Amino acid sequence: MSRELRRHVLGVGDLTRGDAERLLDTARALERTLDREVKKLPALRGRLVVNLFYEASTRTLASFELAAKRLSADTMTIRSSGSSVDKGESLRDTSLTLAAYDPDVVVVRHPQIGAAALVASATEAHVVNAGDGKHQHPTQALLDLFTIREALGRLEGVTVAIVGDVLHSRVARSLVEALLLVGAEPVLVAPPTLLPRGIEEMGCEATTSIEALADVDVVYVLRMQSERMQAGAAFVPSLREYTALYGITPERVRPGQLVMHPGPMNRGIEIDPRVADSGASLVTTQVRSGLVVRMAVLYDLLTAPGLHVAATALEVA
Amino acid sequence: MTLVCRNGRRDSLTIRARLLDPGEGLDAQGAVTVEDGIVTAVEAGPAAPASLVLAPAFVDPHVHLRTPGREDEETIASGTEAAAAGGYCAIVAMPNTEPVVDTASVLQALVERAREEALVPTGFTAAISKGQRGEELTEMAELAAAGALAFTDDGRPVASPQLMRRALAYSAVAGRPLALHCEEPTLTQGGHMHEGAVSAELGLGGWPSVAETLMVERDLALAAYEGRPLHLQHLSARGSVDAVRRARLAGVAVSAEASPHHLCATDERLRTLDPNLKMNPPLRTEDDRRALVEALLDGTIDCVGTDHAPHARQEKDVPFEEAPFGVTGLETAFAVLHTELVREGDVPLVTLLERMSAGPARALGLPVPRIAVGEPANLVLLDLDAGWTVREDRFRSRSANSWLLGRTLVGAVVKTVADGRVVFDA
Repeated sequence: MSRELRRHVLGVGDLTRGDAERLLDTARALERTLDREVKKLPALRGRLVVNLFYEASTRTLASFELAAKRLSADTMTIRSSGSSVDKGESLRDTSLTLAAYDPDVVVVRHPQIGAAALVASATEAHVVNAGDGKHQHPTQALLDLFTIREALGRLEGVTVAIVGDVLHSRVARSLVEALLLVGAEPVLVAPPTLLPRGIEEMGCEATTSIEALADVDVVYVLRMQSERMQAGAAFVPSLREYTALYGITPERVRPGQLVMHPGPMNRGIEIDPRVADSGASLVTTQVRSGLVVRMAVLYDLLTAPGLHVAATALEVA
Repeated sequence: MTLVCRNGRRDSLTIRARLLDPGEGLDAQGAVTVEDGIVTAVEAGPAAPASLVLAPAFVDPHVHLRTPGREDEETIASGTEAAAAGGYCAIVAMPNTEPVVDTASVLQALVERAREEALVPTGFTAAISKGQRGEELTEMAELAAAGALAFTDDGRPVASPQLMRRALAYSAVAGRPLALHCEEPTLTQGGHMHEGAVSAELGLGGWPSVAETLMVERDLALAAYEGRPLHLQHLSARGSVDAVRRARLAGVAVSAEASPHHLCATDERLRTLDPNLKMNPPLRTEDDRRALVEALLDGTIDCVGTDHAPHARQEKDVPFEEAPFGVTGLETAFAVLHTELVREGDVPLVTLLERMSAGPARALGLPVPRIAVGEPANLVLLDLDAGWTVREDRFRSRSANSWLLGRTLVGAVVKTVADGRVVFDA
């Protein structure tokens, strides 16, 4: 894949299998540097990473900021509140304004689908989509792949049940695409009203039966968003019934299965605290993966592609 | 007087081409002579360049002129210039303006403006409900007397079955048909594109085809019950045209419209997230598209309506979900339908010409453009071999939110004569 074509990471669809695997390898190399006493690498010194966040975020924003800093890049975070966005500035104009500072990477989180693509059309910088509405969240998918690969030692043929509110989840969409890309086997499990019509045409299985969990290597639990439960717009009759039918309880997790969750968790709703805090849970590992994978993405975008080059540069560092 | 335009000269000219008027059974090489705006001779004669076709000019039953209120997006002048360039001799404007055309005074002001500005004869519709709020009927009889050609709440559905029933019954007093935008609003809440595999993958809120079909079925049932005619706007789904076909067989007087974009494109294209592909109703599946083409062929869909919907650049240059629904179409309708349907062999040229001219004229009770001696000249000269690229800077419309930007189309309008005047000459 040419450098021009992977200038942006707007969706998992922008990546080849080779790209994904290279990024995971780079992330592993970078992870080793986290054990050093001085964790900062000089690789991106003098580069500017702008985080443009139009939506609340804890771990994604924190990990992008820290990832950029660990690589010695300058960072700047623009939030929608307290900025010109409050004054009605359009996304294109904000992008053009930021472009005047010559950023190397713009990381965008926005509640609307296609926002990252729009920013990409208005800047010369590499654009990384950190979540656009219900559409894509590619670095989340990469960090999940990384977490699974580190835990199981492989991705090919790994079966992953993604359970919960698939309809409103960019995490589910990105992860399905990413798992298919690397030869793993996703199966979506959700109540019929939260399973988008036609989703199986992405090439995954989709079922309303929680029994499907029995056969998988990884149970990936999606956040049940309370705003989906507002009166008149409820997709399921009650959270209580949702939990009874689809909540991940210790009884539903087979020994040897791994449990993941993109956070933030609603303990007691989609995931039982006993599962969340058990040895099967990879939730905190995912957060750590998020840092190294985002370091890898920034590093890869701003240096010549290829693991060999990446590894060499890291040695020098 | 249901169609108005600015007064002007009546032209005299002779056009030599393949003369094609399906309604008159005319298909011959020859010449049409127009004197002072009236066709005075239709004669067989020596062949003109083989690609030139002279046909009755087009009629568009569905245009948004954005006037009054959004003259930055379109004016009567710019919209009718666009219509002239698209080969139209008559267009019908929708009432979802600011303010809504729901009183005789708003309508009269529009008619006056059209008398000064309209290059192509223009008809106006009025709202079914006051403010298009779906609560109370407008004063239909007074609006009809002031020139309303039909009644429609286009842009939104008439949600209440009770109000729809009353509108159907009362439209008899006004003597004008209802034109309906069929959409069950509770099923389209939060929707941005057709609900299917593509929306599932993109995460965009679904706008299911059943939301349209359900309302089409309801309105056909009410029309049958009230014994009133009905015009259905911009059908997009297979279930909807099936329902129209069944209702016609059962004796309901229903006419139906489809847009060039629904006849030529599908939801697969939405993967680019281009806001210029966002429209209401949305682009649907290939199966739906094929059903529309079949319906255009067998006459279930009797007219093409562009649903020309101009939007300001700053309103479309935003993330997909934030963008308003609607695309322009007046200047590209014939070319894209010719390129995609006629040249591909799916629809004969004569059928397309009929559905763009006589079909819509009959559906809305307008004079049918004809190539016949003694008739006012309403003619479009087409070059079927001319290729051209759709470019933003070439539009006469004030807005450029076309779903075809950058596309090369084959088939161009060379000359348009509307009500005896040459209104477009390439």
